[in-house]
Amino acid sequence: MKQILKAIERNPRLTPAEIAVMTGQSEADVAAAIARAEQDRIILGYRTVINWERAGEDEVAALIEVRCAPQRETGFDAVAQRIYRYPEVRSVWLVSGTFDLAVMVVAKSMREVSLFVSERLATIDAVQGTATYFIMKRYKEDGAILDGDEPTAHRLAVTP
Amino acid sequence: MATSVGSVANRNRVAKLVSSLPPSGIRKFFDLLASLDNVISLGVGEPDFVTPWHIREAAMYGLERGETSYTSNYGLIELRSEIARHLERLYQVSYDPRREILVTVGVSEGLDLAMRAILDPGDEVLCPDPGYVSYRPCIQLAGGTVIPVPTSFADDFKVRAEEIEARITPRTKAILLGYPSNPTGAVLSREELAAIARVAERHDLIVVADEIYDRLVYGVEHTCFSSLPGARDRTILLGGFSKAYAMTGWRVGYACARPELLEAMMKIHQYTMLCAPVMAQLAAIEALRYGERDVQEMVDEYDRRRRVMLTGFRRLGLDCFEPRGAFYVFPSIARTGLSSEAFAERLLNEERVAVVPGSAFGERGEGHIRCCYATSLAEIEEAIRRISRFLARLEGKDA
Ligand SMILES: Cc1ncc(COP(=O)(O)O)c(C=O)c1O
Repeated sequence: MKQILKAIERNPRLTPAEIAVMTGQSEADVAAAIARAEQDRIILGYRTVINWERAGEDEVAALIEVRCAPQRETGFDAVAQRIYRYPEVRSVWLVSGTFDLAVMVVAKSMREVSLFVSERLATIDAVQGTATYFIMKRYKEDGAILDGDEPTAHRLAVTP
Repeated sequence: MATSVGSVANRNRVAKLVSSLPPSGIRKFFDLLASLDNVISLGVGEPDFVTPWHIREAAMYGLERGETSYTSNYGLIELRSEIARHLERLYQVSYDPRREILVTVGVSEGLDLAMRAILDPGDEVLCPDPGYVSYRPCIQLAGGTVIPVPTSFADDFKVRAEEIEARITPRTKAILLGYPSNPTGAVLSREELAAIARVAERHDLIVVADEIYDRLVYGVEHTCFSSLPGARDRTILLGGFSKAYAMTGWRVGYACARPELLEAMMKIHQYTMLCAPVMAQLAAIEALRYGERDVQEMVDEYDRRRRVMLTGFRRLGLDCFEPRGAFYVFPSIARTGLSSEAFAERLLNEERVAVVPGSAFGERGEGHIRCCYATSLAEIEEAIRRISRFLARLEGKDA
């Protein structure tokens, strides 16, 4: 299972037949394992890493620190839920340190992000304070380097 | 000038030993290749990964600190200690870093030192055929005689203790083993190696174990020859960084042996090499301390590619045994009726795929080609398509 997941994590376009060859299992077993992993929400989706800037589409992203009061019974979960329901929120993490939730927001403009923070985030009861950091430049995203390639080996074509 | 150019050329100034060495079967392809483009090469013998960043960085920090001098002839003691710990951890063999480990300029130098340290003129060395291209010349340059021990496709290219024992004479000095094998990908089990260790003991032979591919095994365990009962003190263990850590260009490796043998190798090393490059030694320390994760990731990736190549070739109807080590598949091309050299040459000219003819590795390599899977999956798949077209044409079918 781990081998299958590793293979599609690197390349979601692999077919079960291809993964079967790579992992030495039958195609039917691989297809079944993937279906099960999707059902169990081990596989949550198949995504593509896109450099939107290079595609000529501007978007604004911001990392927002949120300090909030944990709730009786639900701790931070209820607040996190309220926040992650907004579609402009890409990621929400509970973190250790000087704040509680780290929220990644993507929108069309700085104004949109600011509005989101002031009107949606800051108005949630349990939220005690926020600090917004606009992303200026992306260097590496989900393991992919955005500009400038990683060096490749310059090998001779035939060696002993 | 007293002598004319003509008379210089006429006199044979190259030593007989050197001129008697046949040219490498690989060199020829090199010249052919230079004139072609859009070639997919399965002809390499090294990783396609760049050395992991933290290892490169360790060398750069060393340069910044001004570490640019000769090191001890034996190599940096920190590196030798790391090598000792590494071998203890992986194989439970112990070598004293002060007297039993020598840092060499790759396993290449280790091989040369081992042969020169143990051979007197006419001494015989048994080595599996097919085997790594440098084995024969290294033995010959040291004055030794090569006694090939045949291995075969039918027996997964394993060298057998009985075959070795049958070729022992009063002149036999050593057995040279290279497993996991370049070019076949064969691996020997602990029991098979133990049988060879018993033969070595019975006939009091030295075993030179080239274990440069020790980390690149798939679904089987590597057995370090020195870890076999009674074998340690008759073994010269050669290990390296080139393959496991993708460090071919750094030129660093190591040799381990009991003090008397190691001292003999060290004697040659100190006069001919002085020491291995210091930057490479610093990088090697980093590799052993923090490189395990990189090794595992590369091994996992090679394993995926290994299966893709093996399955692809079998679907084309090429007979291959399943290689369990190194990064080569060694299919039989016998059914085409071509010699391995003719096959490789035509495949390159007609379909732009470079492979190495099995005959470059010894007589028993004839009828096979060596294909390296240390290349991207996309390239492996394209190479399989091209080979498929080539085979179809050879066999008079439409591609
Ligand atoms: C079996 C074998 N031994 C030794 C070497 C040489 O290794 P190094 O780079 O450590 O000199 C190679 C390289 O191809 C090899 O395949």
